[in-house]
Amino acid sequence: MSGFIRIVEARKTFGDDVRGNRSHNQLVRALDGVSLDVDKGEVVLIIGPSGSGKSTLLRAVNRLETLDSGEIWIGDDAVTAKHADLRRIREDVGMVFQSFNLFAHLSILENVSLAPRIVRKVSAAQARETARQLLERVGLADKLDRYPRQLSGGQQQRAAIARALAMNPRALLFDEPTSALDPEMIKEVLDVMTALADEGMTMLVVSHEMGFARAAADRVVFMDNGRIVEQGSPEQVFSSARETRTREFLAHILN
Amino acid sequence: MKRNRVAAALGGVPWWLVLVVGLGIVALTTALADASYRVIFGAVAKGFGVTMTVAVVSYAASLVLGLFLGLARASRFRPLREVSTFYIELVRGLPMLVILYYIAFVGAPALAGVLNALLAPLIRSGAIEAFQSRSFDFATRAALALTLGYAAFIAEIFRAGIESVDRGQIEAAHALGLSPAQTMVRVVLPQAIRNVLPALANEFVAIIKDSALVSVLGVQDITQIGKVYAASTFKFFETYNVVAFFYLCMTISLSMLVRALERRLKRENAR
Repeated sequence: MSGFIRIVEARKTFGDDVRGNRSHNQLVRALDGVSLDVDKGEVVLIIGPSGSGKSTLLRAVNRLETLDSGEIWIGDDAVTAKHADLRRIREDVGMVFQSFNLFAHLSILENVSLAPRIVRKVSAAQARETARQLLERVGLADKLDRYPRQLSGGQQQRAAIARALAMNPRALLFDEPTSALDPEMIKEVLDVMTALADEGMTMLVVSHEMGFARAAADRVVFMDNGRIVEQGSPEQVFSSARETRTREFLAHILN
Repeated sequence: MKRNRVAAALGGVPWWLVLVVGLGIVALTTALADASYRVIFGAVAKGFGVTMTVAVVSYAASLVLGLFLGLARASRFRPLREVSTFYIELVRGLPMLVILYYIAFVGAPALAGVLNALLAPLIRSGAIEAFQSRSFDFATRAALALTLGYAAFIAEIFRAGIESVDRGQIEAAHALGLSPAQTMVRVVLPQAIRNVLPALANEFVAIIKDSALVSVLGVQDITQIGKVYAASTFKFFETYNVVAFFYLCMTISLSMLVRALERRLKRENAR
């Protein structure tokens, strides 16, 4: 038994028409045979140019996207099985989005306590208490009754992390968590993520934050055109990448 | 400076409203000073309850039916989508007056037939009496017709509201393990309904006006009473003034509430 999250030969093609009328001249190969294992407690950073398939891969792990072929396992659960218990899988794997996606009609506290209450059937009082503790942990103890639109981007993203943590997940997926943030807010979000990594959370992160990679990532994976081009420790990939394509890309984003 | 301030203050006054209220007061005082107007007021006022009852009952029922039709229209399950689209297009393509006649003279007998077939054992045993067209009075048929007609419009409003909710909200709910039904009830609908609240409220104003159509079935609403009164006394001018006055009191005050609601929602969203 290898990794905690196991991705085997994942393939996915997007047609130009989302409704399934695929015209063959417009096919986009988002994932072209990707295999990746993430161990328990490991923090893996996925980098790559836009359109390289990194977000699609991440979204396939909790099946916000379905694969054309290939398998994804989380522990002993086959995410890609036809009758997979999606609910259990999604309870187990939290997700943090680029655009936060906090529920706009609920206060921050309600955002965090909603899923435990209605999915896990935790009592309202218990869910609120847990939510309060989590929000305190991400530094939002004084914002419990605020609505998402009343918070800064950095605060919203920290609340979104607390919301994902409320389900007590065994792994967290981060889809470009700092890309929509103003520069001065990036650090507060990365600090929370680094703390989670230090606590041993299994994390799969799509991001180009090199600082976070060096501080917290165990492994960096470079993707291009739906394939994994190379992977290794942050040190190794950033300073002595084997592939030209990787070096070109890194030169591009490091400037 | 000073003149600018005065101009700004005057510009902020809703003059159309001042005019309406002014005219309303003049109309009311002159009318109540005139004995024949007083009689017309008293007569037409008897229809007020019927008009409001028809409007409120049809509106409430069409909200419920419209919500389910709207959910079906936004559903990922194709047959549901097709059936609701079929219904909506059909109903929206008919004049409300035709729907009214249709339900009153085709729908009611058909409904009686269906109920008789369904409840045949009970009827045979004598527990209940067989239904006939006249088991449904015209006010009920009128309310049913308005309900079926308005449900189609309201369904489209709900659908627009559901589609206005950001896709990311749904993904976040799914990622947390909420089922599609929980996502709809807990995340999508609260935001959708909020977004379309003013549009929904406007439908109530519209249904008050369209409730006048029930007069063609002889239902004793404001319009019907006015029509009969005017025809028997030849006081067309005075009678229809009073009828118009009643409708405007209801519709303008409601329109103002809708505007206030819109402003409040806009302010809250901007915060």
